[in-house]
Amino acid sequence: MKVSDFTYEVKEGMAISFQAIRANKMRSVLTTLGIVIGIVSVTLMGTAIEGLNRGFSDSVAKLGADVLYVQKWPWFAGRDWWKYRNRKDIKMADYKALARQATMFQAATPATGTLKTVKYQNNSSTGVWIIGSNEKYLEIGGSNMDYGRFFSQAEADGGRPVCVIGSEIADNLFPHATPIGKNLKVGSYTFRVVGVLAKQGSFLGMFSLDNRVIIPMQAFLQRFGARHGIDIDVKVSNIKQMDDAKEELRGIMRKVRHVAPGAEDDFAINQQELFIQTFNTIGIVVAGIGLFITALSLFVGAIGIMNIMFVSVTERTKEIGIRKAIGARRRVILLQFLIEAASLSLIGGVIGIIISYPLSLLVNQILPTSMPVSVVVISIVISLIVGVISGFLPANRASKMDPVDALRYE
Amino acid sequence: MNVINIKNISKTYVMGEEEVHALQRVSLQIDRGEYVAIMGPSGSGKSTLMNILGCLDTPTTGLYEFNGVNVSDMNDNDLAKIRNKEIGFVFQTFNLIPRSNALHNVELPLIYGGIPSTERKHLAEEALSHVQLADRMHHKPNELSGGQRQRVAIARALVTKPSIILADEPTGNLDSKTGDEIMALFEELHGQGNTIILVTHEEYIAEHAHRIIRIRDGSIERDELVKKDGEARSKMATAE
Repeated sequence: MKVSDFTYEVKEGMAISFQAIRANKMRSVLTTLGIVIGIVSVTLMGTAIEGLNRGFSDSVAKLGADVLYVQKWPWFAGRDWWKYRNRKDIKMADYKALARQATMFQAATPATGTLKTVKYQNNSSTGVWIIGSNEKYLEIGGSNMDYGRFFSQAEADGGRPVCVIGSEIADNLFPHATPIGKNLKVGSYTFRVVGVLAKQGSFLGMFSLDNRVIIPMQAFLQRFGARHGIDIDVKVSNIKQMDDAKEELRGIMRKVRHVAPGAEDDFAINQQELFIQTFNTIGIVVAGIGLFITALSLFVGAIGIMNIMFVSVTERTKEIGIRKAIGARRRVILLQFLIEAASLSLIGGVIGIIISYPLSLLVNQILPTSMPVSVVVISIVISLIVGVISGFLPANRASKMDPVDALRYE
Repeated sequence: MNVINIKNISKTYVMGEEEVHALQRVSLQIDRGEYVAIMGPSGSGKSTLMNILGCLDTPTTGLYEFNGVNVSDMNDNDLAKIRNKEIGFVFQTFNLIPRSNALHNVELPLIYGGIPSTERKHLAEEALSHVQLADRMHHKPNELSGGQRQRVAIARALVTKPSIILADEPTGNLDSKTGDEIMALFEELHGQGNTIILVTHEEYIAEHAHRIIRIRDGSIERDELVKKDGEARSKMATAE
């Protein structure tokens, strides 16, 4: 077989299939519907997983992997929420004891928060996350200052009315001036701005990390309620000793909170790992559902193409006979119909990609993502393969037709 | 030398329980440059004979040599190659590809024969000019008259310069005037040295040929030369 022969046959096959598809536009487009849905779900799933991964690693970086969170609630409470609800709140006394006794930690800070409206002159932001913390906040939280300074230990210990604001608050309340030194209202209390945090973006697209105000813990408790339970965020000095540090922490907390030996902890020590595990489970579920939908719709699409190719072969029996009479070999006929099936499927793939692109921009509203090029390439390859597979039986039938019978067909 | 040499070929079809003997021990030679008509009523086996001569079908038993090569038990692909290079078909219903224009229809055998596109186009244009259709090359079959369609089909049959042109009732779908024009074209092609085999059941069409082979019930009933003198031919026709 000469290469040139094959080239002519492929060219002819493409010309024929384009003519055939053009002659049956409506039918062709309807046939590709299954492939379109399959490719849309492939690309959207790819985009979503890409977004989850990207967003998640961003968010984990923001939270810090070497921080333990001593809290009343475990992060993934499941069905036992009523048990956790009845626990004692964690108090400043717990924090103080812990900060005094613990040895394996670089820094610890109490943390609590509430939602308030923040005002400056005529500008206001509602639903701002007000955080009570201490001077170690930056060290633990993985955030940085944009300008100004963080409040000092003296200010923290003294419960001074000073605050550090997130970049979104700075933009909203002080669009034209520097916020440093200005007095803003948090609820009905006045705080002086000493610094602005660098922009952090959002947490998995769910809430903004820049829409917050940090004030000294003492000031928080005095103004927004001393009965507030708190969290204790602890940065471990050596990330390799997370488990030991966690044990030490647990021992101190049990002692301070007078948990009887053998009784369950009445607090939770949360860490990134739990979050990562849960996240991975979500990723697997998304991929599994996506894969199922994709496989199902591609399967339906493949059957659709196979069906219409059988129709096409039958309709063109006479034409097949003519082509065979004037010397088309089996391979030529096989190739012609395979190309037609692959073209149909490819059209479906391209339509699918065109539909997915705006949808991926919608996904981008929720997750930080864009349609990866690899997903586009994979989609095109998948649709070609589906086309060839589903076209094979009809094409094979066409190629094996007896020329005499085919010519006689009306 | 014989283009076609058939010895004792039979073709048997199995229709359910019954065996149908479409051809029984037929022997036949056709020389290069002959103009032969194969005649017979429907059901006589002439279509079967034509299919075998055209390498569209193979005999159940017997020998078929085409240009000295045994084609009796060739496989599909080798037969396709013979059809492509050596046989030009002209059908009653023209059998053009409806979505392709005249030029592409004529190019088709060359595509399957692996001829490069510039040469292909040149040869196809030449063949269409030969049948006086140079000005209709870019028309699709449904934009052409019956006679023009048959000319495209003849151009397609000629374009590979085949050893034989096999015409199956070429005037069957044409009015008599157009039919005469097509027959005149065959006459001309024969004059240029082409070997033509005409399959028909019409006496007046068969009379254009120089040799008439009559088939009946799967066997050759008579094989005779026709005198090319117009008078003699009509006398013979009335005498038969």
